[in-house]
Amino acid sequence: MQAIAFYLLAFVTLAAGILVVSARNPVHSVLFLITAFFSAAGLFVLLGAEFLAMLLIVVYVGAVAVLFLFVVMMLDVDFEELRKGFAQYLPIGGLVAGVLTLEMIFVAATVANNGKAGQNANPMASPEGVSNTEAIGRVLYTDYAFFFQLAGLVLLVAMIGAIVLTLRHKPGVRRQNIADQVARSPKTGMELVQIKPGEGISE
Amino acid sequence: MIGLSHYLVVAAILFTIGVFGIFVNRKNIIVILMSVELILLAVNINLVSFSVYLHDVVGQIFAMFVLTVAAAEAAVGLAILVTFFRNRGDIAVDDASMMKG
Repeated sequence: MQAIAFYLLAFVTLAAGILVVSARNPVHSVLFLITAFFSAAGLFVLLGAEFLAMLLIVVYVGAVAVLFLFVVMMLDVDFEELRKGFAQYLPIGGLVAGVLTLEMIFVAATVANNGKAGQNANPMASPEGVSNTEAIGRVLYTDYAFFFQLAGLVLLVAMIGAIVLTLRHKPGVRRQNIADQVARSPKTGMELVQIKPGEGISE
Repeated sequence: MIGLSHYLVVAAILFTIGVFGIFVNRKNIIVILMSVELILLAVNINLVSFSVYLHDVVGQIFAMFVLTVAAAEAAVGLAILVTFFRNRGDIAVDDASMMKG
């Protein structure tokens, strides 16, 4: 049963990954990216790491993929033009990818056969009697509290950076200036004009 | 029986798909950014599977930090992309050589 689930999720993840890089329409790419993240979250659940699986769905599917979708739909780009060179780079890309896959699979097989991790026939995502979320929390808020704060700082910097990069002030748009409004006095607020009889006001 | 090697192979293939995507979509920076996300996902699968098979929860903590950095990177990358599009009118990055020097 677990094997069927694993092969199904792994196949969907990899197929969606291939479709991400080969889809003609970038909107489809983003949707396949969501599929890949979803089935990778399924793999995490299969491993027992439920907290990270939910985090993957919330952060990636909920935030990152939607951000991608916004940008892809907002920018008016000729995506056919951008696909030029796909066939040109296909052979060398395929060669590099094939060699890289073979090497990494050899390394993985070696590690799984000889390493300490591979010998372990009893995978556990958290210690006995402790839920996965609790186990992560116990370590994250004690030993790694400083790094947790640092991660928050990284997100803050990224947020400010993204706002600064995309903010623009349009010329000709009138904005409220509260300091000017508060500093207004009767003297600066009105102007008395002496009008001679029979003449209008001219600027 | 599904062992550590199965997860490592999935992560390895996913990583390679990401590298392949960067190779073949050299002009389309949106797909390049998505390929980077795929690569980081492969790294996360590796970290989590080792964490589970070594009975050490620290690997999952590290995967969380990778997730944080990936989210920040996507946000800043897309912001740069939007600014680039406003300045140039397209997003072909293979001839983005405005910064000379």
